[in-house]
This record gives sequence, structure tokens and C-alpha cells, in this order.
Amino acid sequence: MTAVSTSYYDRRGILGTLGRDGLLQIVLIANTVLMLAPIIIMVFSAFKTTPQIFQSPFAIPDFTQVGNFLRIWTETNFLRYLLNSFVVTGASMVLILTLGTMAAYAIGRYAFTGSNFILMFFLAGLTLPLKLAIIPLFMLMRDLSILNNQLSLIFVYTAMGLPTTVFIMTGFIRSLPNELEDAARMDGASEARIMWSIMLPLVRPAMVIAGIQNVVPIWNDFFFPLVFIQNDDLKTLPQGLTSFMGEYTTDWGVLFSGLTLSAAPIIIIYIVLSKQFIAGMTSGAVK
Amino acid sequence: MPKLRMTGRGLWITLLIVPPLAFVALFIVYPIISAFAYAFFDWQGLRRGGFVGLENFHTVLFVEPYRSWTINAFSHNLIVFFALMVLQNGLGFLLAYALWRELPGARFHRIAVFLPVVLSTIIVAYLFKLFLHPLFGVVNISLRGIGLDWLAQPWLGQGGTALWALIGAQAWHMVGFPTLVFLAGMQRIPGEILDAARMETESEWVKITKIVWPLVAPSATIVFTLLFVGAFNWFELPYIMAGLDGSPYGSTDVLGLYFYRTAFGNVSAGQQDFGLGSALAVLIFIFIAAFATFMTLRLRAREIQV
Repeated sequence: MTAVSTSYYDRRGILGTLGRDGLLQIVLIANTVLMLAPIIIMVFSAFKTTPQIFQSPFAIPDFTQVGNFLRIWTETNFLRYLLNSFVVTGASMVLILTLGTMAAYAIGRYAFTGSNFILMFFLAGLTLPLKLAIIPLFMLMRDLSILNNQLSLIFVYTAMGLPTTVFIMTGFIRSLPNELEDAARMDGASEARIMWSIMLPLVRPAMVIAGIQNVVPIWNDFFFPLVFIQNDDLKTLPQGLTSFMGEYTTDWGVLFSGLTLSAAPIIIIYIVLSKQFIAGMTSGAVK
Repeated sequence: MPKLRMTGRGLWITLLIVPPLAFVALFIVYPIISAFAYAFFDWQGLRRGGFVGLENFHTVLFVEPYRSWTINAFSHNLIVFFALMVLQNGLGFLLAYALWRELPGARFHRIAVFLPVVLSTIIVAYLFKLFLHPLFGVVNISLRGIGLDWLAQPWLGQGGTALWALIGAQAWHMVGFPTLVFLAGMQRIPGEILDAARMETESEWVKITKIVWPLVAPSATIVFTLLFVGAFNWFELPYIMAGLDGSPYGSTDVLGLYFYRTAFGNVSAGQQDFGLGSALAVLIFIFIAAFATFMTLRLRAREIQV
């Protein structure tokens, strides 16, 4: 196949091909510069003083100047916001993966009446914009007395994460072979034991995909904390960032280092795990 | 004891399915149903008053000043949707096509194009707010630096450019998503079809429009639908970059901001009306659901024809 196309290109003349691909290469390079420049300027500015940012915004800074970061560390609630984000995201992810695997396992592994209806029920939550139900959610959280409490966030995120998780994992679990399970059943293993010892290790790849797909939107969410959380000590990172940015409006060095610190965890994880991230975040759409 | 075994299994399945189902029922299905019910009542703050039928809907659609606010916000959402369709999804298709050819450095470019997608909208919004500062932002500093002083604008401070500045920031943030969905679609095109196409035509344009584009129709359905839902749900980025009021002069107001403002109030207007807010939510919701379904059906039909 490749031989055919290669000889075809040879006949067309190398120049024509180069011209087209050259143009596309230029598009790619220009786009990459456009994508990276704002992030690089942000990181550079984090190490500069405000006058330096205004006078030479593109200059490479002295990376040993960490005064801005020190001020954030000592003067603000930044660490607390970061910790809160870890707690909320972590708890939500544990719940999503546990409950999502339970539901997907039941739907994918057992034939029972209503299983298709239950799957549809989960999928119904897939594209509905839950933001528009914020008024009833606010009232519900009030009635449950968890307004201004991180549980409100954890519960909403868990519910939001379940549809995609059940969708991805049901498909995966259905594709697994029956033999191991049947053999264990013959040997008298309980259903719980089969799930825990035999199937769970096998579904780990799907759990990673589902996990990545949910962790980014939850870590980045701003809207639900905006409505549910008032207490500054309970704010998550994106929400805390707004009070932080409000405090330092004139000190651009501190502003940029705050943005850099907020972006750093996810950028680092993304660069290390870019393949899994891309697969995870586009998997729902690609299927 | 087959019967006992069956009940045992039934109990086990119930145990697995009920907790996750309860979460979805309580925190997704119940609130969405309630949102519809709330719109038919009068509200005093957090207290529900009497049943008022369609009055809330009538108010937000036909009574001034709500009528103008609704039209203004809705028309901005339409602009955002069409602009992002071209900028974000159009550019996404072009970038996907370029990445698909596996030119040198393709892997690096792919990682770079998706990097902004993983960032929080709040970070992106503040970043661009600082960059677009009329005096000290890098955008105007650059423009003045290359002698285009006349192009330097108070981007976020004037009605004519503010919405477009937000659209630009949004496109930068999200262009990687359609790019990778389109790329995944292109990578699934069988090699035989492409080789046959190379024999048939030498025009790249014909190949793209007649072969690649129809074959990535499923990807297009997904990115178009998601963009539609996203554009009419737009909230965080305009909220941070231009404020809850859609400043300046409502030129960046969108349905998401308008809905939130009506429901939860804001400092300058001091209003808080759950009834009107719910009516708006229901209207936006029905619009999104109806149009997204219509779009998906039309686009699906296109997929089957191919």
C-alpha cells in the first residue's frame, strides 16, 4: 500500500508535495507558538517584579527571584485552596470510581430486567447542563444543611461524573470474556469475591480512562463552589483564585505567580501523562 | 437451591446498583425536574409563594426591561456559537488535518495544541484579562512594538471589541478539543480508501471535501453538538473577564450570566428572583435540548448517507 502511494508521489514530483506539507508545517508551528506563548509569558512574568513585567514582558527572567512565590506562600490562603481542591477532587474521584464500577459491573455483567432502562437513566445525565438546575440544587443543599460545606461539592461532582463513568465502564466490562468468571463460579466463589478478585483487576484500564475524564473538570470547576461555598477557608483553587486576584490587582508579579502556581500541577501531570490525558479526555467523544 | 441462589443474586445486583442510582436521582434528575416546577411559582427570596402559571415566562420574554435583556443575551450567544464554529472547530479541522499527515514534530505539536484544554477556565480568563490590559498588557505592548499603534485597543473596555476578545480567549482555550476529536476520526479512515482517492484525483481540496470530510462526519456531529451546548452555557470566562453584568454596557452579556444574575442577584442590581431565574433556565434548557436533538438527528442523517 505504502509502495503504491510513494511511487505516486514520486510521479507527482517532490516539490509539489513539499509545498503542501510545508504549508501545513507552517500552520502547525504557528499554532504551537500561539498555544505556548501565553503560558511561557505567564511563567516568565511570575519571576519578575511588576515594573519588569511592564518594561520587558518577553525577557527571560532571573529564575532565582522567587519573591512573588514566597509572598503567596506566606501572605495568602493559597495553600489552603490547593489543599481543599485536593480533598474535594480526591473524595469525588473515589466515590465516582467506586459507585461507577459498581453500577457498570451490575449492568455489564448480569442480565436482569430493567438493566437497559437503568443504563438509559444514567446516560440521561450525559449532556444535560446541570448548571441550569443550580436553583433547585442550591435549595437541596440548604435542606440537607450542607451549604458552605465541601460535601455539597463532592456530592454534585460524584453525580456529574457517574454518567460518563458508567458509560465508559459498562462498554469495557461487557467486552471482557466470561471464562474466568464461570470457572470461579464452578469452584463456588461468591459473586462479591468474583467481582473483587477476578474482574476488578481487569477493569483497571477503563478506570484510568474514566478517572482522567472526570478529574480535570472537577479540579477546574468554578461554578458550583461559587454558589455553594462562602467561607474563604473552604474555597477550592479556581474559586480562591478570584479572591486572590482581587487582593493583588496592582501587583502583577504576584498575580502571574498565583496563576502559574495554580496551573503548575495540572500542566506537569499533563506533560508526563499526555497520552493518557488525551485518550481520557476525548474518549467519550471518540467512541 | 436454585431459587435461593436467584434471590441472593438479586440482592447483590440491588446492592451494586442502588447507591450510584441514588446519587444520579437525587443530584441530577430531581434538581432538573424541580427546575421546571419552580418556574411556575412566585418566589420571595428563598420562600416559595403561590402558583402563577406562565407569568414568569411571560415576564422574561415580553415585559421590559427583561425582554431586551433576554434578546441581548441570546443574540450574543448566537454570535459566540457561530464565531466559535469557524474559529474553534474550523481551525480544529485544519490543525487535525495537518497533524494527521505525521509531519516532523507532529507529536510535539499534538501535545502543545491540547495543553490549554487542561487548564482551568479561571486561569485562562485571568491570563487573557492581564494580557488585554489597555496599557500594560502584552497584546497592546506587542502591537505598539511593531509599529501598529493604531491597532492597540482597550479590548475589554469598549462595546465593539469586548465580546470578540472573549471569543478569542475561548478559542485559544478549547481549539485542542475539536482538533483531537477530528484527528481521531481521520485516523480511523481505512488506508485503502485514501490510496484509491489518490489515484482518482490529485487535488487536495477535492480529497478533503469529498473523502475526508464526509468520513469524519461522526466526529463533526460530536464537536458541533458539544460546541452548541457549551456556547449556550457560557459562564465562567465572561464572568471573570468582563464581569457578571456583561460590561461594558451589556456588550458581553450572555444567557448564563443573565440567568445567574436574575436568580442569585448581584451587588449593583440587588435582585434575586428564583421564579424568573427558573423560567429563564427552563427556556434555555428547552432551547438547548430541542436544538441539540434536531442538530444531532440532521448530522446523524448525514453520517448514514455517506
